[in-house]
Amino acid sequence: MTAQEVRLCGLLLQEHFGEVVERIGTHLLRGGAQNLRTIANETNTPLDLVKKSLCVLVQHGACEFGSGRRGPGSPVEYRASCERVLRVLRYPRYIYTAKTLYGDTGELIVEEVLQRGHMTMSNTVKTVADRLTHNMEEGRSMEYSEVVSAFSKLVETHFLQRCPPVAEMGTAATSTNPATPGTPAASASTAPPTAESNPDCYKLPHVTLIGRGKRRRSSDDSEEQRGGKKAKMDSESCGDEGIYWQVNFERFHQHFRDQAIISAVASKLDQTSSEIVRTMLRMSEVTTTQTAAYTQPLSANEIFRSLPPNYSISRPILDQYLSLLVDDPMEFVGKSGDSGGGMFGSRSARIFRLLLRKRHLEQKQVEDFAMIPAKEAKDMLYTLLSENLVQLQEIPKTPDHAPSRTFYLYTVNQLPTARLLLQHCYKTVANLIERRLFETKENKRLLEKSQRIEAILASLQASGAEPEQLTEVEEMITAPERQQLEALRHHINKLDSTENQVDETVFLLESYIFSTKTK
Amino acid sequence: MAGRGRGRGRGQMTFNLEDLGIGRGDSLPPTTFKPSPLFPPMPVQPVPLQTGEEVEYMLALKQELRAANKTLPFYIRRAAPKRDVDRYSDKYQSGEPKDSAIEWSPDWSRLPKELCIKVRKPLAKRHPPQVKQPKKPLVGKEEILTKLETLEKKEEAVNSEEEEDGEKKKTNEEEEQAEEEEFEEDFEEDTDYIMSYFDNGEEFGGDSDDNIDEATY
Repeated sequence: MTAQEVRLCGLLLQEHFGEVVERIGTHLLRGGAQNLRTIANETNTPLDLVKKSLCVLVQHGACEFGSGRRGPGSPVEYRASCERVLRVLRYPRYIYTAKTLYGDTGELIVEEVLQRGHMTMSNTVKTVADRLTHNMEEGRSMEYSEVVSAFSKLVETHFLQRCPPVAEMGTAATSTNPATPGTPAASASTAPPTAESNPDCYKLPHVTLIGRGKRRRSSDDSEEQRGGKKAKMDSESCGDEGIYWQVNFERFHQHFRDQAIISAVASKLDQTSSEIVRTMLRMSEVTTTQTAAYTQPLSANEIFRSLPPNYSISRPILDQYLSLLVDDPMEFVGKSGDSGGGMFGSRSARIFRLLLRKRHLEQKQVEDFAMIPAKEAKDMLYTLLSENLVQLQEIPKTPDHAPSRTFYLYTVNQLPTARLLLQHCYKTVANLIERRLFETKENKRLLEKSQRIEAILASLQASGAEPEQLTEVEEMITAPERQQLEALRHHINKLDSTENQVDETVFLLESYIFSTKTK
Repeated sequence: MAGRGRGRGRGQMTFNLEDLGIGRGDSLPPTTFKPSPLFPPMPVQPVPLQTGEEVEYMLALKQELRAANKTLPFYIRRAAPKRDVDRYSDKYQSGEPKDSAIEWSPDWSRLPKELCIKVRKPLAKRHPPQVKQPKKPLVGKEEILTKLETLEKKEEAVNSEEEEDGEKKKTNEEEEQAEEEEFEEDFEEDTDYIMSYFDNGEEFGGDSDDNIDEATY
């Protein structure tokens, strides 16, 4: 948990759950596992607020609890997970992926589950059906069965999974899900149970949900608004109480990774070879675990049979492509070189890539291979060195390490460099968020005014006012103010968009570090 | 002896500068005297942002999520600090939550027992008791006395409720809340005045009929 990560987590928690949760969350992240009293005392927050914040954090999977260090009798300890909080940055990407794969229904299901942490299937289906019905034309409504089918597709492809059962502390009673194997009491002391350890992780409950989405009437609006976003407590329970579903982030990451590989192959070789790689990856989706370094070996026959029919690739051509792919020194996720290009220019990027490939080079060799004049090469190398992207390795010729008789070689250590770049990325995103908050705060008065005017306009239009009244209200915002608002919106959009794109780099670097360090 | 070499050329070092690439006669970059500027001019412009439908959609999603989060019950606001004087508008403008209840009901079986707080009931339940309002002024004397006694007991019950831990069972709370809601119209804010006195406009109109003959000043 580096300082940059904690800072970014704090900003994300503040945006999504408010200041109180942010204070508690950062305290837990910095301090490790603590119990309730300690948290309340050290953060000077009233006990009730602490309890509420912990409920929120546990609901969203950002915090786990377990029995204390001194054995089952000691108070419950809470641990926050930095990684889970950082996932919040990637929510739009998950929702968009669900939309491309499973349409609007899938998108709304994933969005609901992400916003609420975890939900039961019946709750999700009802809420999503209501939302879809609201967006449809009058007279049509959404059948529950359609939503249920989208939900089951998501579960079959492992994008949604059941929440791991909660281990009881100290007692031998079974947890809510009776299908848990093993003893819950033992698992509480060793490690919190993961979702994967439950064999029923991807099994749908036997629940029949029949009905249609309800359309919101305008008269019910005030009550609906208060109860609309909160989980509706229907009087009848649907038989799947206690079975909660959460989004399986690892599966989404696998999908992103596959996409990145396919596009890398497409840009390096050509479209056909990327199709071949896509087929290979799709075939090994279910056979490979998520953290494997290589997919299961597939024979050329199998690949040939599974190729999409509109690509008329004959057998010998397929063999040629396969041999090409094998010979190519593909660096799947080794993209730590790209940010070098952005900050230091494309020539520094050339030097960097050269060093990556050739491992160790002397000053003179760098100049020759990169075809860059000596002075510039020197400058760039020193800049890279000062930023710690490149390291200097001494190889002495004589035992006394005399400097005039020592080789000085430039080299790149990939893993530490990747970690360094990842920390830079976290710092970048945190800075972006802070800048956005600053811009919003500066123009708070203007934003409030424009919101009020929009509200007035909307109510006037709803009650059927004349155009003169509307123009009069619109003129309450002067032209320079309008310009200022436009500029502000433009800036905020840019900052938001940048956050999303930096997060893509973060994902690549995180996957790279994770896959490299487990070797 | 120590001064030898100082000021002449660049100074002596233990290693050969040529190996590092700084040849003879090359000038080093100038020394700096102040901290680097806050926004230094960048020699290389950053890579421009991606644009496109996908990017726009994700941007819209992100902003929607941010706005939606503020309305969800997971967004916890600090209780409003007590102002120096109780103001009249406090009764009608209670925007922030005053008590420590939680606005959504999590599955308590998945959380440790110590986190259990009572759940705030949604405001919809307030509507039925208000229907009984017009009948209240017609209540007889004995009933007023019994009501006073129950109000006294209510006061004691509320005081003891404030002192308890958050571990009270839900069923008890539901009973008490139902009782509270019944008497809430009369009992708000510890005033001696019955709330219906202010809310019901009919009585006001009826009283003024008696005073027509008197001169108004």
